[in-house]
Amino acid sequence: MANSALNRKFDRIRALEEAGELKPLTGSRALRKMMNNRLAMVGVVIFLIILLSAIFAPLLTAHSPTKIDLRSMLQSPSGEHWFGTDKTGRDVFARVLYGGRVSILVGLGSALLAALIGVGVGCYTGYKGGILDVIALRVSEIFMSFPQIILVLLLVSIAGQSLANLIVIFVLTGWGGMYRLARARMLSLREEEYVQALRSFGISTPMICYKHILPNALGPIMVNITLTTAMFILAEAGLSFLGLGVPLNIPTWGNILNVAKDLRVLQNNWWMWLPVGMVISLFVLSVNFIGDGLRDSTDPSQQG
Amino acid sequence: MTESRDVILQLRDLKTYFALRQGVFQRVTGFVKAVDGINLDIYRGEVLGLVGESGCGKTTLGKSILQLIRPTAGEITYHGADGTDGAVDMCCLSDAEMVAYRKKLQIVFQDPHSSLNPAFTIFGSLQDPLKKYGVKSKKERRKIIGDLLEAVNLQRDYMDRYPHEFSGGQRQRIGIARALSVEPELIVCDEAVSALDVSIQAQVLQLLMDLKKKRNLTYIFITHDLSVTEYICDRIAVMYLGRIVELAHTEDLYEHRLHPYTQALLSSIPVADLDRKTKRIVLEGDVPSPINPPSGCPFHPRCRFAKDICSTEVPALRKVVTGGKEHHVSCHLVDDTVTAA
Amino acid sequence: MTGEVALSVKNLKTFFYTNNRCNKAVNGVSFDIKKGRTLCVVGESGCGKSVTASTIMQLLPSLSRIEEGSITYHAEAGDIRIDQLDRDGKEMRRIRGSEIAMIFQDPMTALNPVYTIGFQIGESLKYHTDLSAKARHAKVVDLLANMGIPEPERRAKEYPHKYSGGMRQRALIAMAMSCNPKILIADEPTTALDVTIQAQIFRLMDELKEQHGTAIMLITHDMGVVAELADEVIVMYMGNIVEAGTVDDILRRPKHPYTRALLDSIPVLGRGRNQDIKSIRGATPDPYQRPKGCQFSPRCDFATETCSAMPDEEYITETHRVSCHHYKDISQHD
Ligand SMILES: Nc1ncnc2c1ncn2[C@@H]1O[C@H](COP(=O)(O)OP(=O)(O)OP(=O)(O)O)[C@@H](O)[C@H]1O
Ligand SMILES: Nc1ncnc2c1ncn2[C@@H]1O[C@H](COP(=O)(O)OP(=O)(O)OP(=O)(O)O)[C@@H](O)[C@H]1O
Ligand SMILES: [Mg+2]
Ligand SMILES: [Mg+2]
Repeated sequence: MANSALNRKFDRIRALEEAGELKPLTGSRALRKMMNNRLAMVGVVIFLIILLSAIFAPLLTAHSPTKIDLRSMLQSPSGEHWFGTDKTGRDVFARVLYGGRVSILVGLGSALLAALIGVGVGCYTGYKGGILDVIALRVSEIFMSFPQIILVLLLVSIAGQSLANLIVIFVLTGWGGMYRLARARMLSLREEEYVQALRSFGISTPMICYKHILPNALGPIMVNITLTTAMFILAEAGLSFLGLGVPLNIPTWGNILNVAKDLRVLQNNWWMWLPVGMVISLFVLSVNFIGDGLRDSTDPSQQG
Repeated sequence: MTESRDVILQLRDLKTYFALRQGVFQRVTGFVKAVDGINLDIYRGEVLGLVGESGCGKTTLGKSILQLIRPTAGEITYHGADGTDGAVDMCCLSDAEMVAYRKKLQIVFQDPHSSLNPAFTIFGSLQDPLKKYGVKSKKERRKIIGDLLEAVNLQRDYMDRYPHEFSGGQRQRIGIARALSVEPELIVCDEAVSALDVSIQAQVLQLLMDLKKKRNLTYIFITHDLSVTEYICDRIAVMYLGRIVELAHTEDLYEHRLHPYTQALLSSIPVADLDRKTKRIVLEGDVPSPINPPSGCPFHPRCRFAKDICSTEVPALRKVVTGGKEHHVSCHLVDDTVTAA
Repeated sequence: MTGEVALSVKNLKTFFYTNNRCNKAVNGVSFDIKKGRTLCVVGESGCGKSVTASTIMQLLPSLSRIEEGSITYHAEAGDIRIDQLDRDGKEMRRIRGSEIAMIFQDPMTALNPVYTIGFQIGESLKYHTDLSAKARHAKVVDLLANMGIPEPERRAKEYPHKYSGGMRQRALIAMAMSCNPKILIADEPTTALDVTIQAQIFRLMDELKEQHGTAIMLITHDMGVVAELADEVIVMYMGNIVEAGTVDDILRRPKHPYTRALLDSIPVLGRGRNQDIKSIRGATPDPYQRPKGCQFSPRCDFATETCSAMPDEEYITETHRVSCHHYKDISQHD
């Protein structure tokens, strides 16, 4: 019978329970569920490996990501250059590590900034309601309906390419999602009776919504931050690939990929685009795993 | 109102409407008349029961009294003890001016699961009101909260635990402790025992009565359980569709049920006593919507005695005397129903 | 025949295995549901009332199991052991709805908002009978009219959101009654409703019992409801039946300390302000840290050392049974 495995498990638990060996569950249920989620833990490990190697790049490679060495152009991977070298003889491995710093900074930084703005606005207006809420909602709709790519072209042509511009664009287009999430949570949380109780004491609005309600909305917001980070990293890679992102002299994952626009490189020099492409995919995948794990573990309706 | 007792709150023609909005521009398309013209005096030290069916506006009235929902029209006058604070109409006060009165009026909620913030310890939840009212040192706040927990028969060290570690009855007692923290004079108990198991209900009821005696509190006790009201309340106001239809002393109300709605309500309650089985008066139909209340007497479509006048004229809450005591009822046919009942 | 046993439950145990723990939600209960009678199940929250009901309907979630005991449905064609049927098998699906029907506590979530009420009641008729579409429609309208819903013809074409709470509950009862089930299990059908609406539902249930001879199992935590409707009562505490008997047995001659405490702790309408209310001390134990032996002993005023062993059920009279070591001493007190 298909159920016999389940039945055996039940028998085991029952025997332990009757022997009084099972202890009451302590600690955070969410944390326990996260730890039990294999995919999420794989995500955490990959995430940490990539993040730490980017942070400690100088310890992992002696090469500089920007030093041009014309004597060793277009070398395939070797003991000296793990991922080979590019057209100007720069070490690709070093570039991937250092590029990770910028890419992760752009992704995570913009996601956090977007969250700060979106949650900051969403919490307050969602709690307060009324005309303020209507205005904020309409403004966010305007921002969200603006095509990102046109905004990029606009800003690049006005202010030129720069890291800061990219972050500004990501924040402008990204805060709307965070705002809506925070607002939606607020709309339901503000009806909770403890909020009414605080109001009956005359506690001020910012105190109620930021100190007392916000901690209860953090679960879904965290999930959204991780997923947005992944999205921004991909967007950075895409924009840089098109030559619209970070200036080419700064190594980022997108800029490294940029060389693969050349068909000859694509056909003959696989090491210039394959490793970095895989790192991007792995990183984004791991962040998504973490996000999904967080979502499952903070969702109280999911039994475990 | 002739009885010369110490009035704490006076409600005059109180109305609380909710606007119904629709469309992109949030145009107002109608009103929910949740509280629709209530006159009521609440005396210091009494327990006033507020009963009625779901949606008749009990919670809205309670929250309006505390100015958690701003009333649309009418007056709520607060009279300080011994006339020291004078009489103030709270509906005219700004939020900042209200703060002084928030200390006097408090509320205890129904749902023991959502009445405490799951993200904070009990101390974390209870300390902000104290801070607000000037208890500066943390040590002092801990002492006060510890004393409050003891006052509601809980242990001092519970203050460092999280709400999910407590049972429903314990949480409800913590909710009461929170309301007591600013030493209020009046507490609105909105279905404070309805969500609790019967065995726990008695604990909380007894606690409320004890505290009332010790601290000379006044309660407005909102509930739909009339067995509980009979046990705890001095006077009972029966609400129907945003209005008070009958107001009387407890024994009086149970003995002389004047309004047909009160009669039906009381007879529908299942009584846990085999010797007291009464005949149920089963009302047909459902509670009408407060958006389009029936014309005239709001109860007339369900009333078995309804006459022509009932559908045209709104009956006023008039005073009659039963058993030598004041009794208010709003029904055109009171004399008829008294004989019919 | 009124009084004939329609369903009997013997020593039923249902355990839950969520969070890698074992929760003995129902730990050995036995009772009979009789035709034309109402059996009330009372007890505080978490004592296993709903689990007993869903076990009978085989509607348990996947992380749970019937450990022991039997559930026998006495059908006209012979006895059926419900506990041995496949949870989602054909036979069980046939029994559910056409032989045993259930009404749930929350009328707001038990109806599907995207179908009309008439359609939803018709679905169950379509599955269990071979009436034509027209006959089904006529039957639906008839059922709604019987439940006291005004203008049933029009109301059948409406969606659930247009119904008030009381009307939804009546629609659910109509759905449950559509195939003339022999047994109706009602899990707190009126807890979410007002007393005046509750009175309407109760009148309906009385009619069912008297006119169709339906066997009713009514779960409640309100002693008032018990006094109004019950013929027989079982009192549950922490997964066990502590006392069972006729209404008279339980309300007039309660023996178990828990039943007595429960009756003493509720204000009774009509007894005025001077009634003496005693609360039960302590709180319901954590289901994962159940006390040894008699589950009520930590809160019981009469507990002694013998109570750390589980008491056996004893019959005081033919109908009245209690499981307490000390019930005889206690009844001498008064
Ligand atoms: N914030 C609101 N916006 C619009 N309508 C509201 C709001 N709050 C309450 N209402 C409406 O006002 C009426 C009275 O509601 P209220 O909550 O005061 O009833 P109640 O007597 O407390 O009922 P219950 O016994 O169910 O708690 C209801 O029709 C309700 O739908
Ligand atoms: N789906 C489930 N998963 C895990 N445990 C459950 C589930 N349903 C019930 N339980 C557990 O089984 C025990 C009995 O629950 P049950 O729902 O039968 O109580 P009840 O008597 O119906 O209470 P109430 O009056 O609150 O409805 C409780 O300890 C509960 O935690
Ligand atoms: Mg209410
Ligand atoms: Mg239940």
